[in-house]
Amino acid sequence: MIINHPILGPRDAQEFVYLGDAALIDRPDGMTDGIEAFHTYAYLRDNPAGDHRELWYHEQGDRSWLVVTRNTVTHEITKVELARDVARAMGRST
Amino acid sequence: MRYSGFRVIAEALTGHRGWKPMWRDPAPQPDYDYIIIGGGGHGLATAYYLAKEFGQARIAVLEKGWLGGGNVGRNTTIIRSNYLLDGNEPFYEFSLKLWEGLEQDFNYNAMVSQRGIINLIHTDAQRDAFTRRGNGMILHGAGAEMLDREQVRALYPWLNFDNARFPIKGALMQRRGGTVRHDAVAWGYARGADSRGVDLIQNCEVTGMRIENGRIRGVETTRGFIGAKKVGVAVAGSSGRVLAHAGMRLPIESHVLQAFVSEGLKPLIDGVMTFGAGHFYVSQSDKGGLVFGGDIDGYNSYAQRGNLPVIEDVAEGGMALMPAIGRVRLLRTWGGIMDMSMDGSPIIDRTPVDGLYFNGGWCYGGFKATPASGWSFAHLLARDEPHPTARAFRFDRFLKGRMIDEKGQGAQPNLH
Repeated sequence: MIINHPILGPRDAQEFVYLGDAALIDRPDGMTDGIEAFHTYAYLRDNPAGDHRELWYHEQGDRSWLVVTRNTVTHEITKVELARDVARAMGRST
Repeated sequence: MRYSGFRVIAEALTGHRGWKPMWRDPAPQPDYDYIIIGGGGHGLATAYYLAKEFGQARIAVLEKGWLGGGNVGRNTTIIRSNYLLDGNEPFYEFSLKLWEGLEQDFNYNAMVSQRGIINLIHTDAQRDAFTRRGNGMILHGAGAEMLDREQVRALYPWLNFDNARFPIKGALMQRRGGTVRHDAVAWGYARGADSRGVDLIQNCEVTGMRIENGRIRGVETTRGFIGAKKVGVAVAGSSGRVLAHAGMRLPIESHVLQAFVSEGLKPLIDGVMTFGAGHFYVSQSDKGGLVFGGDIDGYNSYAQRGNLPVIEDVAEGGMALMPAIGRVRLLRTWGGIMDMSMDGSPIIDRTPVDGLYFNGGWCYGGFKATPASGWSFAHLLARDEPHPTARAFRFDRFLKGRMIDEKGQGAQPNLH
C-alpha cells in the first residue's frame, strides 16, 4: 500500500506504524468522564467493512501522525490528512 | 452410515454404489429452538455437541456461503495446548483432549497427528519464560519438556543453530501437539450434527436480527425470517458485522493473516516448529508442502488477501531459521480474516440481548480451540452458564481489569 503523505508525497506503508481507528484521537477526559467512557474508548471499536478512518505514524519518515481513510475490503486509500489538523478541527488542543 | 475399514472394503467390492452424501441440504424451517450463525468449525462443533452432549433438538446452523469455507479451511492446521495463563490453559488442554478422541467420537478421519510442537529458545531470558510456561502446562496436565540445544539438533540438524542474532539454545516441546486435516474437521462435525437432526442451511446470510423487548426472536436472512428461542453467533472474522445487527460494538478488530505453502518436498520436518523471535512457524503437510506463516499484516482488513511486504518478512524469517529452503518455491499464499481481540484471548459469553450469545475474538488461535469452543458454547447455550474451562472468556473482563493477555501487549490488537 502507498500512503500519499500530505507533506512528503507518496510513501510506502512499510515506513509507517499502524495504531487503529482515528476515533482514538477523541480521548475522554480522565478527570470527569468516568470509567465507562474510558472502557468504551480503549476497548470498543466500530470495525467497519468499508471506509475506515485510521491513525498511521510515519516512524521512518517525518514522525507525523496521519489520519488515513482506507477501505478495509479493497485496501484502497482515498484520503490522507495530518492528524494534527483533524484533531484541531475537532476542537482538541493537539 | 457408519464409516469403517470394513465399509471401505465392502464398497470397493460393490462398485462404490453405497456412499451417500454426508449431509442433507434442507430448506429452513419457520423456527428453531437454537440457531447457530456460522457454518465453520466452531459453529458446526457447537451444533454437534449441542445435539450429542447436551441432548438438545430443533437446531439449525446458518451459513452465508458453504460449510467450512471460511477460516476452518484457511488456517495452518496446528493443535497445541501450550498456553501460560490460568484463564486460557485449562480450556486449550480440554480442547487437546477432545482432539485426541475426536475421530472415534464423530466417526470421521480428521488425520489427527500428534507429531509434537517445539518453540525455539535463543536467550536465557526466553528459556526462563518458556520454563515457566512449561511448568504452567504441566500443572494443568498438558505435559511439557525442555529440550537443550543438542536435543533440538537431533530432531532438525539442518537448522541454523549459529545465527548471529538468534542462535538456537533449546526449545519447549509439547509432544501431544500436532496437526489435523482442517477441512475434515468441518466435514466431520457437519456430518455428525446432520445425522443427529441438525439442519445445516447453506447460502443463507443473516441480514438482520429481530429483537423485541430486549429479547431475540429470530433472524432475518436471505432465505427469509427464521424464528429462534436462542441464537449463537460463531462467525469469527466477521463478528463485528453480525453483532452490528444487534447494535453492539465489540472489543475486536478484523485483521488479515496470511499463510503459505511451498511446493511438495521429501520429508523434512516431522513436527511443528515455531521461531517466535523471527515471527515464523512451520510444519510439513502429508503431501510434502511446507506450511508456514508469520505475523498478521497489521491493519484492519476484511480482504481475504494480504500485501507483499509481509510475504517478504515471513520468507526472511524462514530463511534465517532454515537456509536450506532458499531454493524452494512458494506454491500458494492466501489470507484469512481474524477477530483480533483487545487482549489476544477469545470471548464466549452472553450478550446484553436475552437469548443472543457470542463466540469470537479467536485472534489467530481459533483452529486448535475448535472442539472446546464448540463444547463450551453448546454448554452456555443449553445451560445458560459458562463451561468451567471457559469462565474467563467474558465481555466484561476489559471493564473489570481481568484481561487474559498472554503477550502483555495491552489494547493493541495488531500486536497480539
